[in-house]
Amino acid sequence: MTMSREVDLRLEQAAAHAAPLPRNDGMALELDWVEGVRVNLSAVERRAATLTTRRSVKKDWQAAWLLKAVTLIDLTTLAGDDTPGRVRRLCAKAMHPVRQDLLDALGVGDLRITTGAVCVYHDMVPAAVAALRGSGVPVAAVSTGFPAGLSPLETRIEEIRQSVAAGADEIDIVISRRHALTHDWEALYEELRLFRQACGPAHMKAILATGELGTLRNVYKASLVAMMAGSDFIKTSTGKEPVNATLPVSLVMARAIREYFERTGSAVGFKPAGGLRTAKDALAWLVLMKEELGRRWLEPDLFRIGASSLLADIERQLEHHVTGRYSATYRHPLG
Amino acid sequence: MSVKEIFETMEYGPAPEAADVAVAWLERHGRRFGHFIGGRFVKPAAGETFATYHPGDGKELAQVAQGDERDVAKAVKAARAALPAWRDLGGPGRARYLYALARHVQKHARLLAVLEALDNGKPIRETRDLDVPLVARHFYHHAGWAQLLDKEFPDYEGVGVCAQIIPWNFPLLMLAWKVAPALAAGNTVVLKPAEFTPLTALLFAELANEVGLPAGVFNVVTGDGLTGAALVDADGIDKVAFTGSTEVGRIIRRATAGRGVKLSLELGGKSPFIVFDDADLDSAVEGVVDAIWFNQGQVCCAGSRLLVQESVARRMEAKLVARMETLREGPSLDKGIDIGAIIAPVQLSKIERLVEQGRAEGARCYQPSWSAPKDGWYYPPTLFTEVSPAAAIAQEEIFGPVIVSLTFRTPAEAVELANDTRYGLAASVWTENINLALDVAPKLKAGVVWVNCTNQFDAAAGFGGYRESGFGREGGREGMFEYLKPRFEARLARYSSGDLAPPAAASDLGAGLDGGHGGAVAFAPIDRTPKLYIGGKQKRPDGNYSYPVLSAAGARVGDAPLGNRKDVRDAVEAAVKSGAWTQATAHARAQVLYYVAENLSARAPEFEERLRSLVGGTRKAAGREVEKSVDRLFSAAAYADKYDGRVHPTPMRNVTLAMNEPYDVLAVVCPDEAPLLAFVSLVAPALAMGNRVVAVPSARWPLPVTDLYQVFDTSDVPGGAINIVTGVRDELAKVLAQHDAVEAIWYVGSAEGSAMVERESAGNLKATWVNSGRARDWYDDAQAAGPEFLRRATRVKNVWVPYGE
Repeated sequence: MTMSREVDLRLEQAAAHAAPLPRNDGMALELDWVEGVRVNLSAVERRAATLTTRRSVKKDWQAAWLLKAVTLIDLTTLAGDDTPGRVRRLCAKAMHPVRQDLLDALGVGDLRITTGAVCVYHDMVPAAVAALRGSGVPVAAVSTGFPAGLSPLETRIEEIRQSVAAGADEIDIVISRRHALTHDWEALYEELRLFRQACGPAHMKAILATGELGTLRNVYKASLVAMMAGSDFIKTSTGKEPVNATLPVSLVMARAIREYFERTGSAVGFKPAGGLRTAKDALAWLVLMKEELGRRWLEPDLFRIGASSLLADIERQLEHHVTGRYSATYRHPLG
Repeated sequence: MSVKEIFETMEYGPAPEAADVAVAWLERHGRRFGHFIGGRFVKPAAGETFATYHPGDGKELAQVAQGDERDVAKAVKAARAALPAWRDLGGPGRARYLYALARHVQKHARLLAVLEALDNGKPIRETRDLDVPLVARHFYHHAGWAQLLDKEFPDYEGVGVCAQIIPWNFPLLMLAWKVAPALAAGNTVVLKPAEFTPLTALLFAELANEVGLPAGVFNVVTGDGLTGAALVDADGIDKVAFTGSTEVGRIIRRATAGRGVKLSLELGGKSPFIVFDDADLDSAVEGVVDAIWFNQGQVCCAGSRLLVQESVARRMEAKLVARMETLREGPSLDKGIDIGAIIAPVQLSKIERLVEQGRAEGARCYQPSWSAPKDGWYYPPTLFTEVSPAAAIAQEEIFGPVIVSLTFRTPAEAVELANDTRYGLAASVWTENINLALDVAPKLKAGVVWVNCTNQFDAAAGFGGYRESGFGREGGREGMFEYLKPRFEARLARYSSGDLAPPAAASDLGAGLDGGHGGAVAFAPIDRTPKLYIGGKQKRPDGNYSYPVLSAAGARVGDAPLGNRKDVRDAVEAAVKSGAWTQATAHARAQVLYYVAENLSARAPEFEERLRSLVGGTRKAAGREVEKSVDRLFSAAAYADKYDGRVHPTPMRNVTLAMNEPYDVLAVVCPDEAPLLAFVSLVAPALAMGNRVVAVPSARWPLPVTDLYQVFDTSDVPGGAINIVTGVRDELAKVLAQHDAVEAIWYVGSAEGSAMVERESAGNLKATWVNSGRARDWYDDAQAAGPEFLRRATRVKNVWVPYGE
């Protein structure tokens, strides 16, 4: 086989990997499965620690991987002082996350690189929808009493409906941590079923707030229940917990996704959020996804990274790759 | 491939670690190395060299010296010459050097890591993240032991010149495991690195010079097996430490027998990796990766027998098969690979042969769909399922990336399968149930047990085997003893020829009937017939012969049964079956020993009389022997529940339990003198630690011990805990030394007998403790009682239990 033929073949395979997938419609709550979960913290930490030392991505490969990471970012602003103007600026960045001259230099100027989505509070959805119209970049709204999720159930469901009505393509809901902490899996399942109904065509990303679940076993169980209830994505954190996305937590959630996929055939996405700030972090999580879930989970329909400052670091690394000089933040347009 | 294409394929691509600094180091030496003797590189006497290769591409890295006996003699002489000053420097003085070595290993960490990866073919990730940091850690830790030596081992001194022979799988790490404790204890070293991987030892030698280590303290002689043999045979060595195959371990055991050379062996393994149905299976899969696909499976303690509970066997198997697909195999200097190249073509063909045999025997073989690189000595990760325990691949050490999988139904069956091997190096246990883990760990015949982890090593925890995986420990306090000896040993006098009973000739049997041999026995009112004591019962000897027992003055005091090899067989069998003694609590064993003391004391006059009739001497002297024997029993009983294990502070979130475990069956061969006291001094601590004992009492004066049977019978000693065979010492000792179910043997007798015991114990590589013909003073507590006896009566098992929720 010639080299180019081999590459062609691999490209074909990659394209096949990117074919659209059916949504996860969930399944009946299977408590035996949930209760049978075993997670060994020390062993998970060991695996997480060596994931990044067992793999290394260098030179052109690193540039390509970082570009991929850009396409996976849910560019996020979730601050009390958000304004439509601020959100419009963010959306502009989402549509043009990397300087065109850099993309050209990398030979990917025609790839229409955008971030995976823009993620905002409900009140900012109209501004984002307007700004992103025609770009193909989806709008995600955090919802259900984000970040604590402690407003009345009816209010939370109504919040989802309104965001969908306002044009949100994705709803990042928060679970009631108390259900997971008291192991009331039926209650968690029912709540998430209602959320999923309210989402309608919008994709549901279930935030588990893993930093508040106490144990990795709880994280795994909550992940399973969220998938059984029909989540399109499971997501680590709101970004507001004291501990957000960590590699061990992400590893456990990835394993839950794999197990769910193997048993049901439904592919569920994963979104780490909070704490991913550097290009190196992005590569670590990409390695985790590729190792634990495979190539298919490196596309935006199955993997997102919730982050606000990550992009700036990736831009600098890409420029370094192109010029061979270390870059400065101010050389890249703000979001 | 363009960025655009990679963006689609999302492949890893190459990530090479630069070899330039290591290559420059090789070039500086003209890619040619001599031995390192007396602080400098010297040419081999015969002028011969051989090549060392990079397994990743089969290309030659350098020529190194082929050592012969002249080179070895020169190195031993240098080590001997350096010994007094190094010893007299004192612990704190030596600590400075060990500390400096640790620092220099860290300073040159990357060079060491790259050179090791080049010479061995293992992934740079492993040398960089595991080998080299552990090497530095080992020198730091032992700098500490040097500093504390006088306080922590006050009655011990270094053994002298240490010959150390290390394998090719962890060249630098094994150097550290051997050299650090040796130097800390005040010994000097001649190291023979493996033929395939001599380079990092030579680089380390330069580091030793850089820190100013006195010339001759550390010497390296390179070469093949013949060089190793020359080193083992060399005059002037006091200790051999060997890590390698069981086969070579046996040869070394025989070669060192009778030379008064201290020996530690760390040999092969076929370690079980046990997965219970309540384990975190995904983590257990990663455990298997770390167990058998670490260092290409060329790890003596590799988990190479996967035992999975039936209920989860299929899931585990499916997960493993999937996991093999994502492993990456390739050049050792690629930072993104999991598996490197096999060390040498000879090893590669051994793996290929065994895998073929496994297939032929009907086992199911899984290998990943990708193929291993062709330009070096690579072998793909391999999993066998549907393997029967009798299959060669389930029994033989493959020493490659090949794991065989068997299933079990219950924890008891898991233990049975796990122990169904002649090896006993390590075991790994996966369960989320701590009750199960801590129940199984002590039942496994292995020197190291890893709970929910595998291949964890640290300088603070001992490492070493049970059974044919060898004896001795490396690391921790237990490891230090391998390089120390009690100070009094050097002062012990040799037995003179008259001190030990001559072997009974066939013509002696039944002698005395004609009035010879001291004349007729003055019978007690009712005749008493001493017998053997086996399984708690008095038994006539199989041969039904007796031999005359003469007093010191030459009078015939009585007859003793002449035990033979079948009696030894029966005694060992009884000991094997009496597991209850080992399983009894330490408190319960203490109670029994106190009770024995109590009953012996109650019958003191009778024993005094017996001793006087044999040994002669005053009533007072006989009284003293009985009194001291009672005291020894009290001490042993007292120690039973006080010779604690330890919790080693290894640098991870876990408890590393160092448990003192008895041997299953321990043989004790007693000297002639002090017939009651020597027996009690030896047997009581062995019993206290939970060993089942087969003892050969004083051959000359066995009667005080045959009198003890009634004491045992009335003291709740369970049958089989202590078994006694009287007869000709060295004849019985030989049968015991050869017996594969005897795991340790203590011998006190002649120098020739000591040599014989060491030589004959090579069969199952039992732990030996012999006196080399030197006499202890049984009345001196420093020589005849205390922790040394307890240490010799136990082996340390390190159980690693990580925790965290």
